[in-house]
Amino acid sequence: MKICKIQELLDARVLVGEEDLGKHVYSACGSDMMSDVLAFVKDQAVLVTGLVNVQVIRTAEMMDMVCVVFVRDKQPTEEMLRLAKECGIVVLASKKRMYEACGILYSNGLVGNKLKEPTA
Amino acid sequence: MSEVLSFHFDVDGNDFTCAGQASVQVKKNLRRLGLSPETIRRVSIAMYEGEINMVIHAGGGHAEVRVAQDAIEIILEDKGPGIADIEKAMQAGYSTAPDTIRSLGFGAGMGLPNMKRYTDSLDIQSTVGVGTRIVMRVNLDN
Ligand SMILES: Nc1ncnc2c1ncn2[C@@H]1O[C@H](COP(=O)(O)OP(=O)(O)O)[C@@H](O)[C@H]1O
Ligand SMILES: [Mg+2]
Repeated sequence: MKICKIQELLDARVLVGEEDLGKHVYSACGSDMMSDVLAFVKDQAVLVTGLVNVQVIRTAEMMDMVCVVFVRDKQPTEEMLRLAKECGIVVLASKKRMYEACGILYSNGLVGNKLKEPTA
Repeated sequence: MSEVLSFHFDVDGNDFTCAGQASVQVKKNLRRLGLSPETIRRVSIAMYEGEINMVIHAGGGHAEVRVAQDAIEIILEDKGPGIADIEKAMQAGYSTAPDTIRSLGFGAGMGLPNMKRYTDSLDIQSTVGVGTRIVMRVNLDN
């Protein structure tokens, strides 16, 4: 799915990365817990979250994600947007709630991944 | 292990919003060295977890990343409260993080297990009341 399709489906505003809307992504995850994203996510390119702090962008960057979607019309800070730009991460903001946003993306073919339990 | 490059960072323990800055910088530096994306990701995640821990549990500290021919070493040192029971701390889900940290998206007790998972070796030296020194190694198979 192209990122511009996500934008369209979620009726989202593009806050950073207009030029990367044509990029393709194949899976996504939704979480407000960055600890869980770091521990359980594998290869998902999109992070849907209701948490707004700069660690969201850093977590996405560490995980090589390409797009962060803020739900419930959360407004990220300037610092977050600056960092996202620097890292080449597309930032979208949608009015939809987490459950609905994830449901829409999932039912349109953007899958999650198998939960991979840490083996440690 | 013949050393090629090393990066040093002071990790500020007073400001949660700064936690992870060193890891972002390391990731940039490693990309410039042309290492494989998988290797870079493993180092980044392990270091980020360690850096976050230094901030939320130990009031900050010092981070060093050494890039050698055969491996990347991440050394994290702090003068925090130390870890009384390392085996327990290593258990998935074990966390002493307060709710304030959890509301910021961290403190699920998955950091140390994650650091172990993403590295080839993890060594924790800790003394209660003195501090903690963590050395992680990610091998480079070139
Ligand atoms: N650098 C540190 N100094 C003191 N205690 C630490 C440090 N790192 C980890 N710990 C202890 O180990 C526990 C488990 O760490 P971790 O697995 O990263 O989970 P979390 O950070 O989510 O609590 C922490 O809750 C804390 O009690
Ligand atoms: Mg932790």
